[in-house]
Amino acid sequence: MDFDLSEEQRLLKESVDGLLTDAYDFEQRKKYMKEKGGWSKAVWSKLAEQGLLGLPFAESDGGFGAGGVETMIVMEALGKALVVEPYLATVVIGGGFLRHGGSAEQKAAHIPGIIDGSKTFAFAQLEKNSRYDLFDVTTTAKKKGAGWVIDGEKFVVLNGENADTLIVTARTKGERRDRNGIGLFLVPASAKGISRKGYPTQDGLHAADISFTGVEVGSDAAIGNPEDSLALIERVVDEARVALCAEAVGAMDESLKETVEYIKTRKQFGVAIGSFQSLQHRASDMFVAAEQARSMSMFATMAGDFEDAKERASAIAAAKVQIGKSLKLVGQQSIQLHGGIGMTMEAKIGHYFKRLTMIENTFGDTEYHLRRVADAGGLI
Amino acid sequence: MDLAFTKEEVAFREEVRAFFRDNVPPDTRRKMQEGRHLSKDEMVTWWRILNKKGWGVSHWPKEYGGTGWTSVQHYIFNEELQSYPAPQPLAFGVSMVGPVIYTFGNEEQKKQYLPRIANVDDWWCQGFSEPGSGSDLASLRTKAERKGDKWIINGQKTWTTLAQHADMIFCLCRTDPSAKKQMGISFIVFTMKSKGVTVRPIQTIDGGHEVNEVFFDNVEVPIENLIGEENKGWDYAKFLLGNERTGIARVGVSKERIRRIKELASKVESGGRPVIQDPSFREKLSACEIELKALELTQLRVVADEGKHGKGKPNPASSVLKIKGSEIQQTTTELLMEVIGPFAAPYDVHGDDGSNEAMDWTAQIAPSYFNNRKVSIYGGSNEIQRNIIAKAVLGL
Repeated sequence: MDFDLSEEQRLLKESVDGLLTDAYDFEQRKKYMKEKGGWSKAVWSKLAEQGLLGLPFAESDGGFGAGGVETMIVMEALGKALVVEPYLATVVIGGGFLRHGGSAEQKAAHIPGIIDGSKTFAFAQLEKNSRYDLFDVTTTAKKKGAGWVIDGEKFVVLNGENADTLIVTARTKGERRDRNGIGLFLVPASAKGISRKGYPTQDGLHAADISFTGVEVGSDAAIGNPEDSLALIERVVDEARVALCAEAVGAMDESLKETVEYIKTRKQFGVAIGSFQSLQHRASDMFVAAEQARSMSMFATMAGDFEDAKERASAIAAAKVQIGKSLKLVGQQSIQLHGGIGMTMEAKIGHYFKRLTMIENTFGDTEYHLRRVADAGGLI
Repeated sequence: MDLAFTKEEVAFREEVRAFFRDNVPPDTRRKMQEGRHLSKDEMVTWWRILNKKGWGVSHWPKEYGGTGWTSVQHYIFNEELQSYPAPQPLAFGVSMVGPVIYTFGNEEQKKQYLPRIANVDDWWCQGFSEPGSGSDLASLRTKAERKGDKWIINGQKTWTTLAQHADMIFCLCRTDPSAKKQMGISFIVFTMKSKGVTVRPIQTIDGGHEVNEVFFDNVEVPIENLIGEENKGWDYAKFLLGNERTGIARVGVSKERIRRIKELASKVESGGRPVIQDPSFREKLSACEIELKALELTQLRVVADEGKHGKGKPNPASSVLKIKGSEIQQTTTELLMEVIGPFAAPYDVHGDDGSNEAMDWTAQIAPSYFNNRKVSIYGGSNEIQRNIIAKAVLGL
């Protein structure tokens, strides 16, 4: 039982925090968001230089063989700085599929480009009616010769506008909500038959709706078993949820800090408004919520290594519930305690609120995960 | 970072579990599961079994009978004890006055009181709150005046838990009325059998008799019953209240209650099926379990921190424990009420000793719900806890 970071982990935290302190204040962030594609290639290169894009990959694949705690450290830091670069889509999710399901050839073809920052990924999963169910897939992949032909539509694909490679979920057999018959395909974003409609998201990231019309890929495009990839999808999405929990903890920490600073300095009726007990109690509730979220983020990080897939899923779902509740309280109260200025785009606090709000609705919201925990019979 | 228990810690958990299984009187366990009050005899019997094993005052220094366990071991012991369930050691003796005596008392006092606390030869009660001094404890007015080799004590205490069983009381008394609020207070102990001590029961909304008013009318107490220095009592009180930071979350108690909710909800029907099959009920219960899991982790963070870095600087997360711990305890009692629905109504009359054996166990569920409203009030109300977070943690 030890919640402290190791010496190496502490150094990692210092280095990523240091990098973002220098390169990612609120004004710099605004500039990055105006660059082509909506994020900064220069920042991405810096992340690559510091080895952050290679963290989770095995040393034999050119990475650092780091684990969940290291990803947690990085995601918390990204959350604090409201980083818009596609770390989740590329390293956590794209990298996750390659690490857990990729063949030796696929790893060799794709991992070096992630690590050196030259290539980014996007996970094309959400469909019009699938909502949060990962097995609800109507996009099809039909056999043609040795390869596959993909047809269907995907929505709100994070980094979908800019990614070099898409990882697409598609049904190779069975009916819409069957758990069997789902495949995962590596598809070059430039492939013929792909049409991407990109847009900024509420929180300043970028996504795309993508349609696939007769998109042909080779036999080497399938990650894992093309007829039975749901377990792999669930595993990697669980890792993405864990990463989002950590990102949310970072964003909540910063929201609380900003808010406390604000109510210490904002004066009304001749005194700092933070001297009023009603505001103090709200700030205390924010602190409690953020600490409970931190505890569950740590729990989820550890759960990523649980042997039992059911136990892992319940633990991570539980964490997502706690984070969802906490981020709502922290986010909403941050705006309330800031008052009118909190409603403006020029104040930083609203941007945290927006990012936190979108995290709740990514890969399952609070209600969705609560139902999952309940259906599994709870935690005790 | 490693959130798994070590092999040794897992083995320790097994050892503790096995001891409870073999040694807690079955009737005591059953009554606790059913939310009944225990008689004095039942509690003392169990505590003496625990003390004989050497676990009665586990967190005391070894020289006074403690175990020398790590903070994680203490956590495991408490959690297992709460969730078995079996009565926790009498806090007023073991967690409160005991540590004050071995930290600030003289050799004579240590010899006289500590072994008797450990074996519950003396049942202690706490004389802190007064009718006009709740959250603002330092405004207390009970007076101790020095007269020759005696203190003459006059005043009134209230909310004195289980004073009806008590042999001894530790009392905050004003010894220097001219000093500023916190400065003129002393920590004095004396027997409840002293002339001039009157205990009057307070019946609480659960119908039970847990707390009392205690009146002092010219009570004569030997001068040597002062603990530590005169007028330093407030420091000792702060020490005492800060001592048990982690037990307050009562994670084990809530875990046990959640198991009970599940058990009852599988039996009691609603809409022609067991309550547990109602999706909205299940989600409410799961939400509570998730809060509890988060609290357990928060508690472990505090425990691990104390084990590694000592108790000197409290982890800021420790202030979460009281607030969330009490809220979750209250939620579990609400869920029990929801499970039994109309069968919450029958009322059970308590015996003279506070015990109640007579009626069906469902009769304890509403009282337990009523009784648990206290947990967000005592030990520094949750509003006071929020003040503490605002000031001590957030710097507001």
